Amino acid sequence: MWRRFLAYRAGVLAAAYVLLLVLVVLATPFLPGPDPRQISDEVMQAPSLAHLLGTDELGRDVLSGIIHGIEVSLTVGFAAALAATIIGVVIGAAAGYYGGALDLLVMRIAEIFQVVPSFILAAVIVALSGPGLTRVVTVIALLAWPQVARLMRGEVMRIKGLEFVDAVRCLGVREPVILATEVVPNALAPVLAAGTLIVAQAILLEAALSFLGLSSADLVSWGRMLNSGQRFLYNAWWLSVFPGSAIFLTVLAFNLLGDAIGVALNPRTEA
Amino acid sequence: MRRFLVARLGWAIPVILAILIVNFLIIHIVPGDPIQALIGDFPAPPGYADQVRHEFGLDRPVLTQLGLYLLNLAKGQLGFSFANRQPVLGLTIERAQFTLLLMLPALAAAALLGIVMALAAAPRAGSLYDSGLTALSLVGFSLPIFWLGQLLVIVFAIKLHLLPAQGMFSLRTRLTGWAYILDVGWHLILPMFAVTIYYVAIVARVARASVLDALSQDFVLTAKAKGLSRRHVLWRHVLPNALIPVVTVIGYNFGYSLTGAILVETVFAWPGLGNLFITSIGNRDYPLLQGIFLLTAIAVVIANVATDLIYAALDPRVRAAGFRHA
Repeated sequence: MWRRFLAYRAGVLAAAYVLLLVLVVLATPFLPGPDPRQISDEVMQAPSLAHLLGTDELGRDVLSGIIHGIEVSLTVGFAAALAATIIGVVIGAAAGYYGGALDLLVMRIAEIFQVVPSFILAAVIVALSGPGLTRVVTVIALLAWPQVARLMRGEVMRIKGLEFVDAVRCLGVREPVILATEVVPNALAPVLAAGTLIVAQAILLEAALSFLGLSSADLVSWGRMLNSGQRFLYNAWWLSVFPGSAIFLTVLAFNLLGDAIGVALNPRTEA
Repeated sequence: MRRFLVARLGWAIPVILAILIVNFLIIHIVPGDPIQALIGDFPAPPGYADQVRHEFGLDRPVLTQLGLYLLNLAKGQLGFSFANRQPVLGLTIERAQFTLLLMLPALAAAALLGIVMALAAAPRAGSLYDSGLTALSLVGFSLPIFWLGQLLVIVFAIKLHLLPAQGMFSLRTRLTGWAYILDVGWHLILPMFAVTIYYVAIVARVARASVLDALSQDFVLTAKAKGLSRRHVLWRHVLPNALIPVVTVIGYNFGYSLTGAILVETVFAWPGLGNLFITSIGNRDYPLLQGIFLLTAIAVVIANVATDLIYAALDPRVRAAGFRHA
């Protein structure tokens, strides 16, 4: 499995990049350089030696903003993906294992979630209930769990018919225990790949909401920076080029990572 | 075919009902007072707020409001926009036209390009061209569409002065006839390009996978064994079978494109539905928000049903099963 993962070079590169981001977040408090919220007289400066990526309309350093913005993106990405994956695994596993009316109900609800235009819904909820990271995470998780649930349901339905499950049952193990200790662990592989892709979606969605000005103005986030970039497109290209690159590279990394994990864990595909 | 249609409608109607109720509840669950937002900071005489609240029927019990809402919907009335002082239905339809003007050509171009690129790449799986396409579509898939829009504006409008940066027509002159149409088309190029790049990435990714899948089927081997030319096999045997997932993706995205428009329309100040949505969030214009949400959700459902019908027309196996979803 590791050999297949390593063979997927782009995936390794992406993993290294994500690791770097995590390290930077942990090191942020100790880094030198200006506070990203620090207003100064040096407004709208093009990139220079003093400000490598320039400054914005209030004289805040763009590079510093990008570094401090990692935290918001990663927090939202990981938290939303984790929540969506847990909800999806529990609901999908129960629906796939027990079937019947429960399955029908869950799949219907999942279908409605998939039909509802999620971005509009997220924007309405965040706009009306007020910004705040927890709300954004909750909304994204609520919109993303059906993807995991469907995948989990399919895997569980496949695995519960395998012989080893019958063997465990013959030993007298109770059904919920079989599901939790035998079936679910064997069904987790594709879910892991899907969860990684949800991190990418969540980062993109948070950036989009912030870009529209729907996130908290006190938070330093890449989407927020693009929001001011939009207002000053004509005079300050650096306000949109650099924060946008950060979003793009990070989303790309998680997409690559998700693909690589999918390839590594699926014995039927060749790397 | 008729049984299939009935089955799909039997799916669509409960979904639409559920959307109606979600739509009504959501705005009542979240905090914030529409009346206060409507009056604003203007020093209104006491009792004025209550009068406005009564005028809009917002002082009645929630269930009564829900009943009235459904009753009005049945009559085809989507309500009245507080902020625009216009009926919601007319306003949304007017703006939806501009969004479709942007989205339909972009989606059509993306579908065509994506399929052609995948057909060229898949038979040479693993080649440089194929890996390049896979990488490119991953890049397109990861680009924040609003950032892509900003980059296009910076390069083509601000630095090179080739194309207009924003809006749907030139403001300095009043054009009519062909000159007006050309002017709108001129403004359409950049936003359409941004949308197309994004959807090409999605279509190419799906189409490549499904062409590869079709290529590995036995009937392709049979066709090759019969001595048919490569081109004939690709266009007559592989393509029709590979199209099915592609049609699904395009169909789903047609519905979603109304929402995707929010970001692109914000960057390019395109006066479509997305733009209207953002202003009505700022105004807390509840009936308008509900109307936009409802119309887009229904458009998605209709696009889904239409996709399934096309699907069934393309593939007799789907017709026989009566249902696409497992």
